Order: sequence, then C-alpha cells, then structure tokens
Amino acid sequence: MSSGLLFACGGLGLLAIGLWALVLRAHLIRKVLAVNVMGSGAFLLLVGAGSMGETGVDPVPQAMVITGIVVAISATALALALVLRLANATGKPALPEDRERDLMDEGGR
Amino acid sequence: MKTRDAATEPGLAFRIGLALLLFAITAGLALALLAEPVAPGVAGQVEAALGDSGAKNHVTAVLLNFRGYDTLLELAVLTSALVGVWALGVAPDIRETTPSPVLLGMNSVLIPLAPLFCAYLLWAGASRPGGAFQAGAVLAAAAVLYNISCRRPELRLPRAPLRPGIVIGLGVFIATGFGVMGGGRAFMEYPAGLAGGLILLIETAATLSIALILASLFVGGRPEGEP
Repeated sequence: MSSGLLFACGGLGLLAIGLWALVLRAHLIRKVLAVNVMGSGAFLLLVGAGSMGETGVDPVPQAMVITGIVVAISATALALALVLRLANATGKPALPEDRERDLMDEGGR
Repeated sequence: MKTRDAATEPGLAFRIGLALLLFAITAGLALALLAEPVAPGVAGQVEAALGDSGAKNHVTAVLLNFRGYDTLLELAVLTSALVGVWALGVAPDIRETTPSPVLLGMNSVLIPLAPLFCAYLLWAGASRPGGAFQAGAVLAAAAVLYNISCRRPELRLPRAPLRPGIVIGLGVFIATGFGVMGGGRAFMEYPAGLAGGLILLIETAATLSIALILASLFVGGRPEGEP
C-alpha cells in the first residue's frame, strides 16, 4: 500500500465527514467549516492520487491543489462575511428553513 | 415544543440513508482508486518541456506557464471575492482589548522577519518549492498579526495604494499575457528566452496583490473611508 493511496483514502474519508456535517448541521458557520473539510479531502485525494503513478509525482495535480486552496480561502471569506450579514439581519446564523432548529450540537445543550 | 423539535430535526431514517449514500460514494471512489492500471499521468511531458518554461521547479512551471490560465483566473477569483466582501458593507468593529505581551513580543520578532521570508519564498519558487502564493500568504499572515494586536490606530497606512495594490497582480498578469502576443504567439505564450524574467515579474506583482487581498479578506469588510 503506497503512501499516495493512503493519502487519497484519507481524503475520501474527509470528503464523507464534511458532506455529513454539511447536510445535517444547521448552524451556517458549521456548514462553512464542513465545506472546508470537504475541500481539504478533495485536495488530499488529488495530491495522493497524483503521486500513485509509476513515473513519479505528477506536478499538475499539485499546481491545481495550490490554485484550489487559494480559491477555497477566498470562498470561505466571502461565505463568512455573508453569514455575518445574515446573522445581523435575522438574529440567527441559519437558513430560513432551519431557524427553528437547535443550533448547538446534540450533546452541547 | 418537543413535537416541533421532532418535526424539524432530521430523523433517524434520514441519517441512515445519508450514511449509506456517503458510504456508497466513498467505496465507489476508493474502488476507482484501486483499479488497475494507474494512468501514466503527465509528469513525463512536464519533465520534457521544463527546459522551455523559464522555471526549474515543476510546480512553478505548471502554474505560471503550462497552465497559466488557472493561475490567472485564480487571481481573478481572489479579486472578485474581495469585491464581494467589500460590497457587503463596512468592516465590523472589532472589540478593542489590550493585546497580551506574548502577542506583542511574538509580533516584534515575526513581523520584521515576514518580508524577508516572503522574498526568499518568491525567489526560491523558480527552482525549489515556493512561489507567489506561499510568499503572499506569509506576508498576509504578518498583516493579520499586526491587525489583531490592536496597534492599528498608531500606524494608519495611506488609503491610496490599497486599491491599485489589489489589482496590480491581475493587471500585470493580463498585460504580460497580451504583451507577448507579438510575432505570431498566442495569449500568454512566453518567448523562450524571456520566460524566466516574465514569470518573476508576474509572481512579484501577484505576491503583493495576494498579500493585500488575503489581509483585507481577514478584516471582513470595506475599510472605513473607502467609498
């Protein structure tokens, strides 16, 4: 089992965890975090899969991941600014259909 | 209230269904990873073309030359994200607290070192791991440290250079891309001898813009006094 495969499988795990939280959590900052975890999973998957070939490490996925990280940062910043405005306008950092829900985690009441 | 909770919280059946779906997606992707044979990839082609690219580092060559469009559009994404954040309103007020002496002491060591480290990363990008984005991130981190140490009122940077500084990376990249078009070359097809210098020029401008954009994104809104 090569290390590239290990990284790629770890990335898959992060993707699943992030998607789980993205669907189930109502708090918008948790959703933004979930998208970030998913993004890290995708980057890990790309880099890991890019180093699995016989010809050595492929530089193209690495370059794409650098690009992706920067895009993810800017998207996160924009999303956080939007969450802040939404919370200021409505009083609760959640989408309209989720406002009735408990925003804290199940165990954290 | 209890019934209302039950109506809005996702039920057990929904969670099991989601878990099964996620498991199926993960297992399918893992099987695709394990499938033989592994595609050869393009590392060989990059290696072959490296001599013409003007950079000795593979990743830099891919970023700035072979796939220059990616990097150009990435700068465009960064700039438009900042435009979006600024369009949402003025920066929120940060609670002013007395900064801890640890933070101030760390700042006095890290902030002067950051430009040096940034310049090294920028220069090293041509032949070793490094480059514009890493260098810009280091510079932006210094700006963020400065920002959270609540020393802002003492050193107000002039407003004027902020906006040109933010667009200079994108501007230089596009201008260089069009500038090399003479003599039958395509957009961003650098002439062989000049590629190294042009890449360094683009990366320097991009570093400045990236640092300014990241630091401004951290502030989370339009600075007061900007229209």
